[in-house]
Amino acid sequence: MLKIEGLSTEYPNDKGQIIKAAQDVSFTVAEGRLFTLLGPSGCGKTTTLRSIAGLERPRAGEISVNGRVVYSSSTGVFVSPNRRGFGMVFQSYAIWPHMNVFQNAAFPLEVGGRGYSRKKIRENVMRVLSAVQLDHLAEREATKLSGGQQQRLALARALVMEPALLLLDEPLSNLDAKLREKMRFELKRLQRDLRITTVYVTHDQSEALALSHEIAVMNEGRIQQIGSPRDIYERPLNQFVADFVGTSNFIEGTVLRRESTTDGSCDVVRTEIGDVTVSAVQELHPDERVALSVRPEDVELSEARPAGSNVWEGRVEQKVFLGEAVDFRVTVGSRTLLSRRHPTLRTKVGEAIFVQLNPQKCVALKVA
Amino acid sequence: MIGACVAFTVYIAVIPLGFLLWQSFRTPQTAATAAVFTLGNYAAAYGSADTWRLFGTSIRFALGASLFAFVLGTTLAWMNERTNTPFKSIFFALSLIPLVIPSILFTVAWILLASPQIGIVNLVMQSWFGLTEAPFDIYSLGGMIWVDGLHYSPMAFLLMSAAFRAMDPSLEESATMSGASILQVAWRVTLRLTWPAIFATILILFVRSIESFEVPALLGLPVGIEVFTSSIYQAVHRYPSQVGLASAYAVALLAITTAGVYFVSRLSSRGSKYATMTGKGFRPRQIDLGRWRWFTAAVFIVYFVLIVVLPFAVLLWSSFQRFYSVPSMEALRNLTLDPYRFIFTYPDLGRTVWNSFVLSFGSATIVMLVTSVICWIVVKTKLPGRWLLDNIASLPMVFPGLVLGLSIMIFYLNVDVGVYGTIWIMFIAYITRFMPYGLRYNTTSMLQIHKELEESAAMSGASWFTAFRRIILPLLKPGLLAGWIYVMIVSIRELSTSILLYSPDTQVVSIVIWQLWENGQYVELSALGVLFITTLFVLVLVARWLGNKYGVKE
Repeated sequence: MLKIEGLSTEYPNDKGQIIKAAQDVSFTVAEGRLFTLLGPSGCGKTTTLRSIAGLERPRAGEISVNGRVVYSSSTGVFVSPNRRGFGMVFQSYAIWPHMNVFQNAAFPLEVGGRGYSRKKIRENVMRVLSAVQLDHLAEREATKLSGGQQQRLALARALVMEPALLLLDEPLSNLDAKLREKMRFELKRLQRDLRITTVYVTHDQSEALALSHEIAVMNEGRIQQIGSPRDIYERPLNQFVADFVGTSNFIEGTVLRRESTTDGSCDVVRTEIGDVTVSAVQELHPDERVALSVRPEDVELSEARPAGSNVWEGRVEQKVFLGEAVDFRVTVGSRTLLSRRHPTLRTKVGEAIFVQLNPQKCVALKVA
Repeated sequence: MIGACVAFTVYIAVIPLGFLLWQSFRTPQTAATAAVFTLGNYAAAYGSADTWRLFGTSIRFALGASLFAFVLGTTLAWMNERTNTPFKSIFFALSLIPLVIPSILFTVAWILLASPQIGIVNLVMQSWFGLTEAPFDIYSLGGMIWVDGLHYSPMAFLLMSAAFRAMDPSLEESATMSGASILQVAWRVTLRLTWPAIFATILILFVRSIESFEVPALLGLPVGIEVFTSSIYQAVHRYPSQVGLASAYAVALLAITTAGVYFVSRLSSRGSKYATMTGKGFRPRQIDLGRWRWFTAAVFIVYFVLIVVLPFAVLLWSSFQRFYSVPSMEALRNLTLDPYRFIFTYPDLGRTVWNSFVLSFGSATIVMLVTSVICWIVVKTKLPGRWLLDNIASLPMVFPGLVLGLSIMIFYLNVDVGVYGTIWIMFIAYITRFMPYGLRYNTTSMLQIHKELEESAAMSGASWFTAFRRIILPLLKPGLLAGWIYVMIVSIRELSTSILLYSPDTQVVSIVIWQLWENGQYVELSALGVLFITTLFVLVLVARWLGNKYGVKE
């Protein structure tokens, strides 16, 4: 549906240095899917989104939607944003303060020579306003809306012209935490109901994991990994992805050997806490330097020695009570591991505890 | 649309300058001989000791007036922003009134107050203290500095108030906590921190003073104190008129003002170094003056009397006299409405007022619309060379009114497109002169419009023109309206440019005031002046009311 190939953008900053905002970005989004560009600020995700929108002109590459080329550096095609017919929700919502709710949502139908009748406009606008539950506020001044309502209005305005593609630029980042979670569900429901192809930009990994069919993690202008939320979380391709999406314990070591077990092959890695067995994901060779990535919730703790491999004895160094969970900092040898446990585990600071790492949950990443 | 606005701006701003420079190298054109290249104008202008005296006088006048205005304005601003002087909120509102009194009327009023022969203040002082000679002589360099400085002090007040407001008061508070007294805080912290603003304010005042025409013409010329502006006027009005010589003077004046404006813009771009703006919302703590607050209140009152009450009162008084006379019981019995009758039967009064109105209304509208596009390009796009466009549109800022009038006169004398002597030439002059102000007002407003508001219009399918008309212009409204009102007022008062461009058919109200002065018709002038000031005042009130109604935030 949406196809992006070799997109590259650069622009000079205030000091005249060239900033490479996006480098060789390529991905495709299938019809009806929600695709997320995830990364820290300055990683090029917003630039990529704005290039799709046509608000920025890339230096090279090609963008097409349903086979219609909207930008191509090789043929010199550049369709201006007002002729692309995409809907977009901006980070600031960009609700026009001099119009009321209805006028804001009706604007896309009035401009661009679509030639709708007054009645048709009214119908479409009211339908989309009721879809976002704003129909009872149609005559209200846009500036009198709350943050969440403004966000929904921005969404309604983007949807009213039934766009081929919906672009969302950090749409939830200006909301407070509670509202953000509520809107996350609403957004997901709306997208799944309408089956509208969506590109979503965010720096919030939990948002990306919650909403997306597919995620592209970006850093320094490049895509690091594309995959389903579960893939990205459980099978990160490199240390950046493992670190950016969720939190991870990184344990450095060297590959000793590969072993075959009943459920597939696994690697044995020598680290500062001892030899760790990990399930093989990437092609690794003996003597290669790797970093093991283990999520805090996968660092199992128990007061009695558990059965199985990958077990060490450690000591509780610090505890942080979070309500629904407790974070333990446990020293094993010279290392401190972070473990997130259920609050029923009440081991005291200073007491001994056993640490177990499930080989399936340990991912060995090549060290660049 | 965009191209047209850019072309218009470049044409309006650059052409007059080019012709001024060109003309300054030409001999006077007469019926018998064509103009040829010469350095004679510069030789005549800069070869004589007179010119250097002229230069010296100009600088002394401008320095004196700007420093006087600055000290006065800053003291008042500090008292208003940082102390607990009583009634100061009323004072801030009143401080805007002087802006509606045109310079020429202010000068005339002060002549009526402090001229050695007829000045009321002088006569009163003489009779009270039994002095044989008039204590004040307004026809002197000191008198010129007094009137000009007083007239520009509200500007200093507004600029310095803004600077004081932008300063984080905790910087002052920490000085107080360190044990500094009020004066020590003011001198060692407040003043030092506002230094960039101080320097910029003095420069702006200096530029304004050196370009001011009314004061030197009315007060200086009668006693032979000449500055650049009055010399330019005289060179043009001599017979045969020496446009080349005037141009040579104008180029020198232009060089001075350009340097001034350049340093101001350098200062404001470097100003961030001082980081007095923190962006936090704060209410400055006010210094408790104790019993001294009654003294500062008295200063406010005296100032207001000097700048508004006395000048307006003297005009009002003389406007009810048959011949100008000093207030007395006898004069009181002779009150008459004759001057007003004279004004209302003045030939072509209707057309004159209409001209003033149409010119100011038209130029305010065109200026605000054109500069809104220019400022959109400068603020919102990444076009290469947009800074140049900004500078070009601001270029007329360096033109003293008289020099601008001269350049435009020269250009349309040489390029006959049928505007010379019509109202169009004045229209062009007004647009040129006030374009930079329009640009400033629009830029302030434009900077507050989030980029995404416009981008979301594009994403909704709106073309550039639609987005500009339906999104940018409505959002720009506060700045547009405020700028429109300002340009309207300054154009209606405008004298120094019009004086070289008007013809009998196209005279405006300020020109009629000038003519009445030249004819010595003081009482009639006063009547017209009173009507003029009252009208402007009502206009400002209506504009503010409209502004409040339609959401102009100051």
